[in-house]
Amino acid sequence: MINKVVSGAEEAIRDISDGATIMLGGFGLCGIPENCINALVKKQVKQLTCISNNAGVDDFGIGLMLKQRQVKKMISSYVGENAEFERQLLSGELEVDLIPQGTLATRCLAAGYGMPAIFTPAGVGTEVAEGKEIRNFNGKDYLMEYAFDADFAIVKAWKGDTAGNLIFRSTSRNFNPVMAMAGKITIAEVEELVEAGELDPDYIHTPGIYVHRIFQGKDYEKRIEQRTVRKSEV
Amino acid sequence: MFSKEEIAQRIAKEIKDGYYVNLGIGIPTLVANYIPKGINVVLQSENGLLGMGPFPFEGEEDADLINAGKQTITTLPGSSIFDSAMSFGMIRAQKVDLTILGAMEVSENGDIANWKIPGKMVKGMGGAMDLVASAKNIIVAMQHINKAGESKLLPKCTLPLTGVKCIKKIVTELAVLDVLPEGGFKLLERAPGVSIEFIQQSTAGRLVVEGEIPEMRLD
Repeated sequence: MINKVVSGAEEAIRDISDGATIMLGGFGLCGIPENCINALVKKQVKQLTCISNNAGVDDFGIGLMLKQRQVKKMISSYVGENAEFERQLLSGELEVDLIPQGTLATRCLAAGYGMPAIFTPAGVGTEVAEGKEIRNFNGKDYLMEYAFDADFAIVKAWKGDTAGNLIFRSTSRNFNPVMAMAGKITIAEVEELVEAGELDPDYIHTPGIYVHRIFQGKDYEKRIEQRTVRKSEV
Repeated sequence: MFSKEEIAQRIAKEIKDGYYVNLGIGIPTLVANYIPKGINVVLQSENGLLGMGPFPFEGEEDADLINAGKQTITTLPGSSIFDSAMSFGMIRAQKVDLTILGAMEVSENGDIANWKIPGKMVKGMGGAMDLVASAKNIIVAMQHINKAGESKLLPKCTLPLTGVKCIKKIVTELAVLDVLPEGGFKLLERAPGVSIEFIQQSTAGRLVVEGEIPEMRLD
């Protein structure tokens, strides 16, 4: 067994330096690697290219990095919840590549599966298709989209073991497993870190071969963006 | 004229037993409240859930369990969870029977624009481009006219497109319309009290009116 355990977020991100390309798991604020984001904010690393479905909110998640102007370029599908992001985008301070959500996920998948490119119909005939190769299969047009090439992938899992195996919980799974497969170096922060052997191999979502560093995170805030409830039945 | 709830209620009548359905944000989300009794449908949320249940009871919210609109939700017996790549895999492979989404503009040849207003609003397309490019059956829930009284059913979209030639049915506060394969909005039903003349005035694209146009029924 290869031990992947590091002491915490600071050690896990120790070699992320200015200009790096990093993937960050999560959908909205659900399943984001809170500990590593906070460590990146503290480290003040700059000129980052961030690949993440969303850009956090103004005062949480990737929004904290945007506020400090640490991000040079965002590659995302939806950024609606972040006023500072929209300001930087419209003023031209931030470079942004908006791409369809399925394309984003599948470009991660391709990287983790060792495939250089994918073909998807998403974006055909729109500005997303500009400058891209189009191929026709069985009468339908598809865009060629390349696999991502990221220096680091940072993901959040529910449970993990010292061998780097990961299990995700509920819809906080989202982009985390596909990004975990896609990084040259993958960092996983988990709510509960256990010894190898304690997780049932049949229930592993991400095999440890994809994970290079793992640690048990702390003080998870797990902020809820839209708290929607119904009244209890009496 | 129909309210947003009534648009949702009318669209719900299009849902058939055994359908897997993806509901977009806004009016489409409301459709879940009107699915006819005795019809079994499974709602897909593209962040990675099949079998979306109602909102949780107060105090039972789970930060790890949200829908694509980032709202706290619940699962149901038979629900399943998966990652984002598989979620769009099942959409691309047309396993999802029906997609219902909102639009800023639809053109008479079935193009849709709903993700960007250049220089003003840039929120992103989220999963909309994937959905419209792959779904075999798409219904658009939208307002027929904007706040300034201008038509959103156009000869050609003015905003950046989300997808081309993909919309087949539209339900608005005024009418139910099909997009014809050869182009044009075919009027199928009108909202109670709304005249064909008013729908004609409110539709900038080519409107096709043939025979009697019944009023929309919600029951």
